[in-house]
Amino acid sequence: MVFKKVMASSLLAAAVMTASLAHAADVRVGLVVKALGIGFFEAANKGAQEAAKELGDVEVIYTGPTSTTAEGQIEVINSLIAQKVDAIAVSANDTDALVPILKKAQKRGIKVISWDSGVGKAGRQIHLNPSSNPLIGEMNIKLADVAAKAAGGGKADIAILSATPTSTNQNIWIDEMKKVLPNYANLNLVATVYGDDLADKSYRETIGLLKSHPNLKVIVAPTSVGIVAAAQAVKDQGKIGKVFVTGLGLPSELAGHVKSGAVKSFAIWNPIDLGYAATMISYNLVKGKATASEVSMGRIGTAKLDADGNAAMAEPFIYDASNVDEFAEIF
Amino acid sequence: MKTLFKQREALLSILIVVMTLAVATITADFISLANLVIVYNDTAILIILALGQMLVIITRCIDLSVAANLAFTAMVVSMLNSQFPEIPVVFLLIIGALLGMCLGMINGLLVWKLGIPAIVVTLGTMSIYRGAVFLLSDGKWVNAHEMSESFIDIPRYVLLGLPLMAWLSILMIAVMYYFSRYQRTGREIFAAGNSPVAAFYCGMDVGKLQFKAFTISGLLAGLCGYLWASRYAVAYVDVAAGFELQVIAACVIGGISIMGGVGTVLGCVLGALFLGVINNALPVIGISPFWQMAISGAVIVIAVVVNTRAEQGHTRIILKKATLKAA
Repeated sequence: MVFKKVMASSLLAAAVMTASLAHAADVRVGLVVKALGIGFFEAANKGAQEAAKELGDVEVIYTGPTSTTAEGQIEVINSLIAQKVDAIAVSANDTDALVPILKKAQKRGIKVISWDSGVGKAGRQIHLNPSSNPLIGEMNIKLADVAAKAAGGGKADIAILSATPTSTNQNIWIDEMKKVLPNYANLNLVATVYGDDLADKSYRETIGLLKSHPNLKVIVAPTSVGIVAAAQAVKDQGKIGKVFVTGLGLPSELAGHVKSGAVKSFAIWNPIDLGYAATMISYNLVKGKATASEVSMGRIGTAKLDADGNAAMAEPFIYDASNVDEFAEIF
Repeated sequence: MKTLFKQREALLSILIVVMTLAVATITADFISLANLVIVYNDTAILIILALGQMLVIITRCIDLSVAANLAFTAMVVSMLNSQFPEIPVVFLLIIGALLGMCLGMINGLLVWKLGIPAIVVTLGTMSIYRGAVFLLSDGKWVNAHEMSESFIDIPRYVLLGLPLMAWLSILMIAVMYYFSRYQRTGREIFAAGNSPVAAFYCGMDVGKLQFKAFTISGLLAGLCGYLWASRYAVAYVDVAAGFELQVIAACVIGGISIMGGVGTVLGCVLGALFLGVINNALPVIGISPFWQMAISGAVIVIAVVVNTRAEQGHTRIILKKATLKAA
């Protein structure tokens, strides 16, 4: 712990030093993450640095507390204010606790956005969601379509394996999936089952699906515990190549199952793109290039802002055998 | 008294068979040999944990920490396997069992030496062990591709039609049957639970027997830690969350008296199998998930009601015999 703190403060010191050395940069963006040393955020930083390189006159100060606390982030943001950065892009550990300090930052003319995990509307100008519910729903069905084609094409029975029946985001995603399903005439949704985000129940429900629906080709699990358990069950039942599992999960959790063939492809947000987009948006805000309704995210496209300043970056990113190992190292 | 319990176990067996047949009328495949093997194998971990829990409940205690113990050992053996894949799986199994045993001993010592009620001790250690998983793993998962092939494959190895994990549970049932019927400690555990005062006057250390029961329960939980990690090819903080309740439910349904002193290995195994059949049947017959919860809950309540009624009868019989002898 002490070591981590020393590391963090020396990192911070290094950041300050490089900041004072690099006068060439016109725009300085403080990229504040939930905690240092998390693969997901390291990857976001990679994207942010890529954006800085592309823009040329931007310096990204990557920083965050050593553990995921709001207090730690407040300290870090205070020091960024003292350094007079031009923009702060934060993935918040607490929706409300950061609002006062971010208000203070805004009063000093610093542009503030949140990304990944948002802060209250009063504390920021824009919040960048990795994706949106309709995009997630559509992506899941798109993945199911790819998997159905891999399983032989033609008409295919598909089933959804969710978390708990009362899980809000799962239910919203399932609704969105059902909305786009009519566009895919070849896919026939036969069942929606619930694994309660427990490995054993998800595993059992998967075996139940395989038994009750002999023509099942695809299981869509938009939940990380579910997708892993379903992939293992499909493998244990010797159904690899006949039934494919897809949905939302992390590359590190699914690399083994992609290798075994139980999972053809799956999706989750791309943290590199997320860091890139957050930096682009911060830059455009500082440069006054953002309107009330949209802001450019560079190579990713244009983010549409709603009345509360919320934006969705893109549809989830697809991972398959070609890139899963590379990303498994990251998150 | 003996016939009463024989009846109870016969009743439970009939119930399990009837239930299996009823499900088979909906999906005929359910009674295929292959599927029965799947159902038994799926229940193997529950059976092993219930055997340990049975001893603890018989001593008038309860072990709420079994699932957390399982999660901790699952994480330790998985991390060891991912860091040092060259360690043979047998050693990991032993390490898991010994580690689980130590965690069980902590419970046992607190109950024995400090005299804290078991429900309080294990409620505390349940959170501590679960928290320890987080500290150990930093919240990260150990995933399938980080585990060695033998780590995942060994419990799945099919010997004479049954996977090794199922064989291991059968071995545990046999060992526990022998231990609870023919071993001195096993018999003493029953005596201590049935009447702690009488056991004390017979020269038994009731606290020490409770300690032993917790130690065995912990050992079995540690054993299951490896089995669980291998079966689902993943280890994370929330592994087997809430599973302790299923384990206790299996014991209660199997006729292990929550008041201590009463219970059999056969009943315990049947209780676990009963839950196993329900767990595997519900997904196949396609009932709404809300009904599934209600059904599982109702079954447990009914079992407890049947249990208490049986126990009332059992006390009366003893009194009758006593009065008869006195007369």
